[in-house]
Amino acid sequence: MAIDYKALKNGGFMRQKQKDHFSLRLKVVGGHLTVEQLKTVTAAAEIFGAGHVHLTSRQGVEIPFVKLQDVEAVKAFLVEGGVDAGVCGPRVRTVTACQGSEVCPSGCIDTLELAQDVSKRYFGRTLPHKFKFGITGCRNNCLKAEENDVGVKGGLVVAWTEDLCTFCGVCVKVCQPGALTSLEDKIILDRAKCNHCGRCVKSCPTEAWQGRPGYLLSFGGLFGNRIAQGRELGPIVEDKAALFQAADAALDFFQAHGRAGERFRSAVERAGWEALGQAVGFGGQS
Amino acid sequence: MSQTKAAAAASLQPDAELDITDVVCPMTFVKVKAALDDLDEGQILAVRLNDGEPVQNVPRSLKDEGHKVLKLSEAADGTYRLLVRRAPD
Repeated sequence: MAIDYKALKNGGFMRQKQKDHFSLRLKVVGGHLTVEQLKTVTAAAEIFGAGHVHLTSRQGVEIPFVKLQDVEAVKAFLVEGGVDAGVCGPRVRTVTACQGSEVCPSGCIDTLELAQDVSKRYFGRTLPHKFKFGITGCRNNCLKAEENDVGVKGGLVVAWTEDLCTFCGVCVKVCQPGALTSLEDKIILDRAKCNHCGRCVKSCPTEAWQGRPGYLLSFGGLFGNRIAQGRELGPIVEDKAALFQAADAALDFFQAHGRAGERFRSAVERAGWEALGQAVGFGGQS
Repeated sequence: MSQTKAAAAASLQPDAELDITDVVCPMTFVKVKAALDDLDEGQILAVRLNDGEPVQNVPRSLKDEGHKVLKLSEAADGTYRLLVRRAPD
């Protein structure tokens, strides 16, 4: 019987240059693996692989040198130990994320929880070409949101309370876009300049600055054969339902306009950024 | 009211002075932390620090450690002066 390499690849078995050997891609969400999962991966690499793993550029783990005859056995072994195989081919890939607000002092959003939600909703969905989500917790952008087909960047929608303010001067100084002006009796926020970095909130010694978490979405990023920065199309989105509405629309847009083997950005460039903006609910901004 | 607040903070007398314009991160914060350790709860440290990264990060790190930043002001020479009140242990 002929070997269906395509089916194997779709299921995470990447054909190696060595005959009948595969590098098995595992499912990792938001760069998060438990110790138990790592133990399973370790054992699988010892039993079925060559005693090592490869950490991919997108927070994935691959076990190289899995033999063709062990494909089913290694899958069963991994599932038993709480680890799933990844995917390849024209579909939604590994959802990447930084550590986010649960761990990082700079984080504005819970990136891991969001990565798990995004992965649950989209992971493995077939599209005209590969499709990547990346989630970063703040403007420091450790996770490089704009190199993904859909990038999510955490931010804060900030507000100032006069009664709590001591006019210490820190917020005005740390505000990178220079959106804050200190007057005699108030601090003025220029919302058009605010980039939602949240530094005012993070550094305010008196809680006079408070922020609500939100998501800045970018679309059409590429960082492979072609390199292009994803575009932020709309204002910060404050609730997860609205984020998913926009992401649903982006995937549907790709499904409707994309040609087989063409990345999301190319489809958007042909159909028009304005059309995408309207589809994802951000008017015609581009 | 705010003027009063700001003026009151600016006129506070520090219990100790520290210059961190000769070091870079992470020594900036380390030196401030060490200087605060030498003070008693409620005492005030005045820190001379450079514009840029120190001004961006030191006040925030102090907040994360529970200390109370009182005032940040620019000095005539382009450096900054930060007043911070030591937290309880």
